[in-house]
Amino acid sequence: MERVSATVAAADPVRRARRLEVARALAAVLPDDGLLAREEELRPYECDGLAAHRQQPLLVALPRTEAQVCAVVRTCRDLAVPLVARGAGTGLSGGAMPHGEGVLLSLARFDRILDIDPLARTARVQPGVRNLAVSEAAAAFGLYYAPDPSSQIACTIGGNVAENSGGVHCLKYGLTVHNVLGVRACTIEGELIELGGAALDSPGLDLLAVTLGSEGLLLIVTEVLLKLVPRPERAQVVMASFDEVGKAGDGVAALIAAGIIPAGLEMMDRQATAAVEPFVRAGYDLTAEAILLAESDGTPEEVDEEVAAIESVLRAAGATALAVSRSEAERLRFWSGRKNAFPAAGRLSPDYYCMDGTIPRRALGEVLRAIARMEEKYGLKCMNVFHAGDGNLHPLILFDANQEGQWERADQFGTEILELCVTLGGTVTGEHGVGVEKLNPMCLQFSDAERAAFFAVKEAFDPYGLLNPGKAIPTLPRCAEYGRQRVHRGALPHPELPRF
Amino acid sequence: MDPTLAQLRTAVIEAHRARTALRLAGAGTKDFYGESREGAPLDLTGYQGVTEYEPAELVVTARCGTRLSTIEALLESKGQFLAFEPPSLGGDPTLGGTIAAGLSGPRRARAGAARDFVLGAVLLGVDGEVLRFGGKVMKNVAGFDVSRLLCGSLGILGPILEVSLKVMPLPREELTVRFELGEAEALAAFNRWAGRPLPISASAWWNGIAWLRLSGAAAAVRAARTQLGGEVLTAEAARDWWRQLRSQQHALFGDAPHLWRLSLPSTAAPLTLPGAKLIEWGGALRWYASAAAPEEVRRHAAAAGGTALHWRGGVPGGRFQPLAPAVLEIHRRLKARFDPHGIFNPNRLVVGL
Repeated sequence: MERVSATVAAADPVRRARRLEVARALAAVLPDDGLLAREEELRPYECDGLAAHRQQPLLVALPRTEAQVCAVVRTCRDLAVPLVARGAGTGLSGGAMPHGEGVLLSLARFDRILDIDPLARTARVQPGVRNLAVSEAAAAFGLYYAPDPSSQIACTIGGNVAENSGGVHCLKYGLTVHNVLGVRACTIEGELIELGGAALDSPGLDLLAVTLGSEGLLLIVTEVLLKLVPRPERAQVVMASFDEVGKAGDGVAALIAAGIIPAGLEMMDRQATAAVEPFVRAGYDLTAEAILLAESDGTPEEVDEEVAAIESVLRAAGATALAVSRSEAERLRFWSGRKNAFPAAGRLSPDYYCMDGTIPRRALGEVLRAIARMEEKYGLKCMNVFHAGDGNLHPLILFDANQEGQWERADQFGTEILELCVTLGGTVTGEHGVGVEKLNPMCLQFSDAERAAFFAVKEAFDPYGLLNPGKAIPTLPRCAEYGRQRVHRGALPHPELPRF
Repeated sequence: MDPTLAQLRTAVIEAHRARTALRLAGAGTKDFYGESREGAPLDLTGYQGVTEYEPAELVVTARCGTRLSTIEALLESKGQFLAFEPPSLGGDPTLGGTIAAGLSGPRRARAGAARDFVLGAVLLGVDGEVLRFGGKVMKNVAGFDVSRLLCGSLGILGPILEVSLKVMPLPREELTVRFELGEAEALAAFNRWAGRPLPISASAWWNGIAWLRLSGAAAAVRAARTQLGGEVLTAEAARDWWRQLRSQQHALFGDAPHLWRLSLPSTAAPLTLPGAKLIEWGGALRWYASAAAPEEVRRHAAAAGGTALHWRGGVPGGRFQPLAPAVLEIHRRLKARFDPHGIFNPNRLVVGL
């Protein structure tokens, strides 16, 4: 216990005493290097990819084994300490932001691929394994793991499970929920359970489905069984230019109406292509108001047929220019701009705020025109990248946090976009999760009774309310307060809608 | 409010107040499915109609009482379909029953299960609240995925009033080939083929013959057919074969007193259970017309890494594989919070809930 008391320090005596109490209990169940308590050790864990929201945890636990995870969970339950699980910390909604009175449970040391079964086409991995590492390990067997979030170099499978992460190939290959066969997880009681598995059906309720995307509020996942799929023999991308964003949207609808499900279908507006082109030299048509990237994959015969179909549909939809990748290098170059849109925004502007609403595709033109009006209204620029096939928008609002009032305007700008998404029948988050960032917009999307049902799910898994509390689902008082503020400001943009 | 919905709400509120059980009833095609059927019937077939369908959005939304045949005919008229191929078991099921049962057809191993296509659902809560979860868009991570939790719930959390499903374009070309193969060879081949970029949309094995259905772009189907070989079925024979399997009109489903449905890892070696057997889903679904003792069947399934469901001939309370205690506890608490007086389909999915 000497080791513990020597390293525990906090200015506030109450906090210090609590930290000491919890640290002593956890030290008994963790290896020597498994507990961080010094201020300077805790600092790197203060935030995830949403750096605007920071909080120092009471302690950081770094277990190595499932037994240690379960012991940490039991200890926290016994001492009523909140517990926040964290993977690589790349999340964009603050889902892994620590709880000030809680333990941050890092699963970074669970970084082993336990087994790849090429015949069964599965990978059994620990939650701290990076997304891309799975596909790299499976490549030798001609297989890969399909979900490919932009952060796939760094983000971990555990985080993907928590967020139900997407990527640019979701329309054809699905989200994390479609590619996870099973999980092993620790309940708040410290017991290991298995949900799903290599067999496709399981008895009882589909608890696996509700665990995926639950943002660490229900269980601590300790092992994941992933589905692997055969790597297509060939992939080619068609790049099409349009002189109006609405026409590009029509092109997307025309492809789908023609029975084509491209492997990837992405759109960028002129501000986005202008931002990335000097940076990556992807060869984008800078005179176009919008470009579409439509990828076809499969056997060589299939790709030939589909690429020809894509070209003819997009030409008929009014594409002003078309280019087809002629080599793997060129295909990757076409994609490079899209994949680097976020860093490019970072080069263009001191800060940017990335939104993640989803809309029915038919509303695309309307939303982009509305965003253009909002740029005027808030005096801020916005570049738009868009998972067009899925209707998932990523407007990147550019601002400078050091300029008085700009962050507040960016925040209002973003909220107005999300309100519009909800009004049009969409959602406030397509793939980044609610975390802390979209708690208020959740009040717009769901009624009190619906949010009560979410809390019912939460309580069924975690009756003590200790797993990542305060995230993902806003409380009834919070939404009531949010409603009052908004009405008070008189800024409710769609007063005709029943909301609260 | 829609008058049918108003009546349903009144019935649910009244049952909740009086603590009387309701048996949620659709077309009744799966009345045999589940542990037990209890309570006064609540007829959901009157709440029907496709409420939204725009082919370019790849989403169809319909009320629970809508017949599957209505939805499938509408989709087909626009060149689309439900890729999980929900089974129609001796009649024309409703959409609500299809999703509440959560069963999938021959395309399961390739395309995904019923729950994979659920984008959103509307639930009627015990207090008569109309609760909307998920949505009508492809990607949505706002709130817990309650709509997928409802898929396969057999109504124990409440009536599913409306469902939004992702739909897919019909394959341009479809072709079925068959091979003479023993069981072990067929299982090995199914798994090997599934690991290659081949457009296999369904597979089955019965009595020394393996069937493969190829679906997709004409060029891909042609190329795969050349690679794989085998005897090509006529379009009509192929359609009949997969329809028989999907609707369980195959001889195996005929009149054997005991029929078991085993969900196993696709690579599990052939089981030594006695009785006739049929394999689907590339080896992941195995049917046994077996008179073996239930505990023996379950032991075999567990040893192979899966579970066994006593599809026909089982006793109430003993059809599904029992749940692990910690998993059962989560079920109990979910049921207690969604339906505190236990009025919805008591004991249907899990005895005691």
